[in-house]
Amino acid sequence: MSDNAQTPPGLRKPQAGGQVRGRRALTNAWRQRLEIIFFVAPALVLFAIFVVAPVLQAAHYSLFRWNGLGPMDNFVGLANYSRALQDTIFTGAVMHNLIIIVLSILIQLPLGLGIALLLNRDIWGRAIMRVIIFVPYVLAEVVAGVVWALLLQPNGAIDAMLGAIGLGGATQLWLGDPDIALLTVMVVLTWKYLGLAIILFLAGLQGVPAELSEAAQIDGASWWATQRRITIPLLGPTIRTWGFLSMVGALQLFDMVWILTKGGPANSTMTMATYLINQGTERSQYGYASAVAVLLFGISFVLAMLYQLLVLRRDIDSGAGPLPIKKVKR
Amino acid sequence: MKKRNALTAAALAASLVMLAGCGSGGSDADAGDGNTLTWWHNSNSEPGKGYYEEVAADFEADHPGVTIEVSALQHEDMLTKLDASFQTGDTPDVYMERGGGELVAHVEAGLVQDLSAPAADAISTLGGNVTGWQVDGKTYALPFSLGVAGFWYNTALFEKAGITETPTTMTELYTVIDKLKAADIVPISVGAGDKWPAAHYWYFLALRSCSQDVLTDAVSSKDFSDECFVEAGEQLKTLVDAEPFNPGYLATVAQAGPSSASGLLVTEQVAMELAGHWEPGVMQGLTEDHEGLGDKTGWFSFPAVEGGEGDPAAQLGGGDAWACSVTAPEICSEFVSYLVSDTVQKGFAENGMGLPTNPAATSSVADPAIADLLAVRDEAPYVQLYFDTLFGENVGGAMNDAIALMFAGKASAQDIVDQTQAAADNE
Repeated sequence: MSDNAQTPPGLRKPQAGGQVRGRRALTNAWRQRLEIIFFVAPALVLFAIFVVAPVLQAAHYSLFRWNGLGPMDNFVGLANYSRALQDTIFTGAVMHNLIIIVLSILIQLPLGLGIALLLNRDIWGRAIMRVIIFVPYVLAEVVAGVVWALLLQPNGAIDAMLGAIGLGGATQLWLGDPDIALLTVMVVLTWKYLGLAIILFLAGLQGVPAELSEAAQIDGASWWATQRRITIPLLGPTIRTWGFLSMVGALQLFDMVWILTKGGPANSTMTMATYLINQGTERSQYGYASAVAVLLFGISFVLAMLYQLLVLRRDIDSGAGPLPIKKVKR
Repeated sequence: MKKRNALTAAALAASLVMLAGCGSGGSDADAGDGNTLTWWHNSNSEPGKGYYEEVAADFEADHPGVTIEVSALQHEDMLTKLDASFQTGDTPDVYMERGGGELVAHVEAGLVQDLSAPAADAISTLGGNVTGWQVDGKTYALPFSLGVAGFWYNTALFEKAGITETPTTMTELYTVIDKLKAADIVPISVGAGDKWPAAHYWYFLALRSCSQDVLTDAVSSKDFSDECFVEAGEQLKTLVDAEPFNPGYLATVAQAGPSSASGLLVTEQVAMELAGHWEPGVMQGLTEDHEGLGDKTGWFSFPAVEGGEGDPAAQLGGGDAWACSVTAPEICSEFVSYLVSDTVQKGFAENGMGLPTNPAATSSVADPAIADLLAVRDEAPYVQLYFDTLFGENVGGAMNDAIALMFAGKASAQDIVDQTQAAADNE
C-alpha cells in the first residue's frame, strides 16, 4: 500500500503530512487504517499465498538442479539462467514471441481499425456483422485450437476447400512445415483475437464526439480525412491500451500453440511458455524450468514497463481518455 | 507510514494463522495400520477391472485381516496423479513402475522399496524380464507385462504391391519401400509430432548398430562417444531421405484420431507403422467395429543393419511392473509377488490384458497376434528397454527432441549424439 492510496468514500482523509493532532483526530485516523486493513487483508493474504509466494518459490527453485523428487540439495547458483540464455531453442522461443507481438500489431491493428470504422457507420447488417466478428473470441481457446488442428491437417478441410476452388496447388503442410507453421499459427491467432480488437475499437469510437465529425464534414472534409484527422487520433488511448493487451497476450501465448503444434515442428512455433512447460513437466527439470519462468517474468515485466513509459504515459498524464476501460496505474 | 506497514503485517500474520489453522489436523489419517494396502492400476475397463477386483479379493481371503483398497484409474490420470504423489510423498502402497531412468530417479529419492530379498522367489521365476527394473543389482519392481516394438503392416497392401516376403535387412526394407511407392501406396506412417514414435527408429538403428556391451556401458557411464551411435543417425538420415513417410509426418500424432499414425494405418492409407505391442489394441479402439485391421494385421521385426554390431534378433521394448512405495506395509512384497504368480498371470493372459512375463502363462495367451509377439520376445537374446524410458525424462527427452529434428532435416547424426551427451552431462 502506498501513501497515495485513494481514500475510500465516506472516510475522512488523514490530515496533511500524516501529522495528527488531538485525540479525536488520532482515533479517526486509526479507525480508518483499521478499516482499510480489515477489508484489504483477506485479498492481500490470498494474493500473497497464490501469487507472491509461488513467484518467490520459483526464484528459489531456479537456483537448484532438481527433478522434482526428493530433497532440493544441488545448489547450482545462476547456472540454470546461463544455460537457458545459451539454449538456442529458448532464444528462438523469445524471438517467436517478439515476432508474434510485431505481427499482431502489423496485422490486427489496421484490419481491426478498418473493420471497426466501417462497422461504426450506418451500414446494413451492422449488428449481425458485429456478432459474427466477435464469435471466435467467445469460443474457448482449446475448442478453437482443436477445430483448427483438424481443419489444417494434411488433406483436411482447408486443403479440400482450396482444391474445390481450383487452388489445389496452394495446399501446404500448414502445421507440418517448419517454414510456415508459425505463420499458420499467426493466422489462427488473428482469427481468434481480431474480434476483441474490433469490439474495443468500437467501444472507443462511442466516446468520439459526433459533433467533431459533423463540424469537419460541414467544413468539407471527406469521410477518410475525417477519420484520419479526427476519429483515429481521438481513438489513440483505446488503440494504445489494446496494444498493451495484445503484447501481454503474445508474451504469455501457450494454449493455442500447445494444441496446434506443441511448439513443433522442429521447434518452429516454440514460445517461452511452451518451452517452460516442456522443460518442466515433460522433462522433469523443475529447477531449470523455474529459471525459464523467472526469465519469462522478467522479460514480460521489462516490456510492460517500457510500454508504460514510452506509450501509455501520455494517456495517464493527460487524464482519462474516451476509453471506458480503466488504465493500469504506474 | 512505518506504523501502517507494521499494522498490515500484523493483520497479514493473523489471517495466515487462521488459514493455517484450517489446513492442519487432516494429515496422518491415512497412514494405515500395516494391514491395509492401497493399489493403483490402469485397467479401468472390463475385463481387466473386474479381474483385478477378483485378484484383490482372493488375496484378502488368503490373508485374513489384510484389506486392499483398489483404485482403477485411467492411464494418463494415473500417471499425473502418481507424479504428484511422488512429489508430496503420499504415494500409494502398490503402483506401476515403467523402469529405466524414472525408476532410478525414484530410487535415488528413496521412494521405492528394494524387493530383492522379500520377493526373491518371484524374481527368479520372471528371470531376465526383471532386468529393466534393477538398479545397481537390486530389483525394485516386478514386471507383469513386457512387450516389444516392430513393424505392424497391412498384409493386403503388401500383396497389392507385389511384396511376398517381409524385409529382414535395411536393404530389403528399401526395396519394400520402393515397391509400395511404385504401387502408389504411402509406405510408412510416423507420429513425429509426438517425437517418441520417430525416436523409436533411432533406438532400433542404435540397437542394430551397437553391440550389447556398448549399450550396457552407455546406460551406466552415460557416455555416447562410441562411433555406433553416430552410425545409427546416419542410417536414419538415409531412411528419412528415402521419403517413405506420410505427408505432414512432422505434425502427425501417434495414436489420437484417424489422422494419427495409427489412424492412417488402420484406415489403410499407409502400409506400415513402427510401433509397440499396444498397436492392435490402439487400432481396434480407432475402428467402429473394434476389429482394427483384423485379418490383414501383420508384424515383422525391425530389419538388421548390414555390418552393424548389434544382434538382429535383439528387440526393443518396455513394460509395466508392480512396485511397493517405501512407506508400504511389509505385506506389500507378498502381494506384488502374488500379482506375478502363475495363477494371476494366467488369468491376465486369458483376459488379453498384455504380454505376461511369467513363463507359466505363455500358453494362456488367446490373441494370436499377441502370442506371436510373445514368441519373438522370448526368443530374443535380450530386450532393450526403450531409450527414453531407460535414460529418464531429461536425457531421453533431449534424445527424442534431437531425433525429431533429424526427421525435420534440421539435425545431423552427430547432433543427436551431442544433444544427448549434453543433457546427460547436465544431470
